Amino acid sequence: MLSLGLTLFVVWLLLSGIFTPFYIFLGALSCAIAVFIAVRMDVVDHESHPIHLGSKLPGYFLWLGKEIVTANIDVTKRILAPSLPITPTVFRVKASQHDELGQVIYANSITLTPGTVTMDIDDGEFVVHALSQDAADDLSQGEMDRRVTALEDDA
Amino acid sequence: MPGKAAGKATPMINVILDIVSWILILSGTFFVVTGAIGLVRLPDVYTRMHGAGLVDTLGAALFLAGLMVQGGFTLISVKLGLIIVLLFFTSPTSSYALANALRSQGVRAQAAGEDLPEEKAEEGSTSTPS
Repeated sequence: MLSLGLTLFVVWLLLSGIFTPFYIFLGALSCAIAVFIAVRMDVVDHESHPIHLGSKLPGYFLWLGKEIVTANIDVTKRILAPSLPITPTVFRVKASQHDELGQVIYANSITLTPGTVTMDIDDGEFVVHALSQDAADDLSQGEMDRRVTALEDDA
Repeated sequence: MPGKAAGKATPMINVILDIVSWILILSGTFFVVTGAIGLVRLPDVYTRMHGAGLVDTLGAALFLAGLMVQGGFTLISVKLGLIIVLLFFTSPTSSYALANALRSQGVRAQAAGEDLPEEKAEEGSTSTPS
């Protein structure tokens, strides 16, 4: 609860950019009201406010960023190549995360990487559309799956 | 004299920052344009989503990063950074919503291993590759 309030307040300060006491007071007041409402609605939990992942997220985002860059370059080459060397594939990939938050992170990571889009979730398996067989093979090796699961486990 | 040194150094750094920011903006533009070409060249709606993926990952991120370099260490850069974060959370969500809607409506992908949900499967689907 305190961390939610602090996060909101920091975002308020960064977005407002006016640091007079009156505005800061208004910001603090708004944050307090927002937190109060959120708590009353009972929507503050590990899903809506996943601070328990905090320390491991930067490392994961760095790795994901690297993946996104290489995938972007790959898709760019395929689109610009005159022969359009794509082999669209629909396949299933296992999601070994134990809760929905982990599955959401994994599914969004797949979609965020160009060349692969999660289309459906079905009993711990994702149906994924890939632009090329290579992208599908990469994902099937399951490194991303392992990393997301590790993100969840050691938190 | 520190003042003199700073006066000399600042224009040089500005030039470097300008070059860096232009490289970032131009490469971002390159990915946006490629994504647009992909939208035209790719054959069906699912593959076109991959083309659009270029626009809202590296395209937007590099472009905004270039603008952040122009902004320097200011609140403007923080806001631009927040836009990148927002995009990286919302764009996969909307892509998934689109793909899932197409799929549940039985739009078939021109792809190997296409298997539609059971109620649509009788329209004839190919086998799943192992």
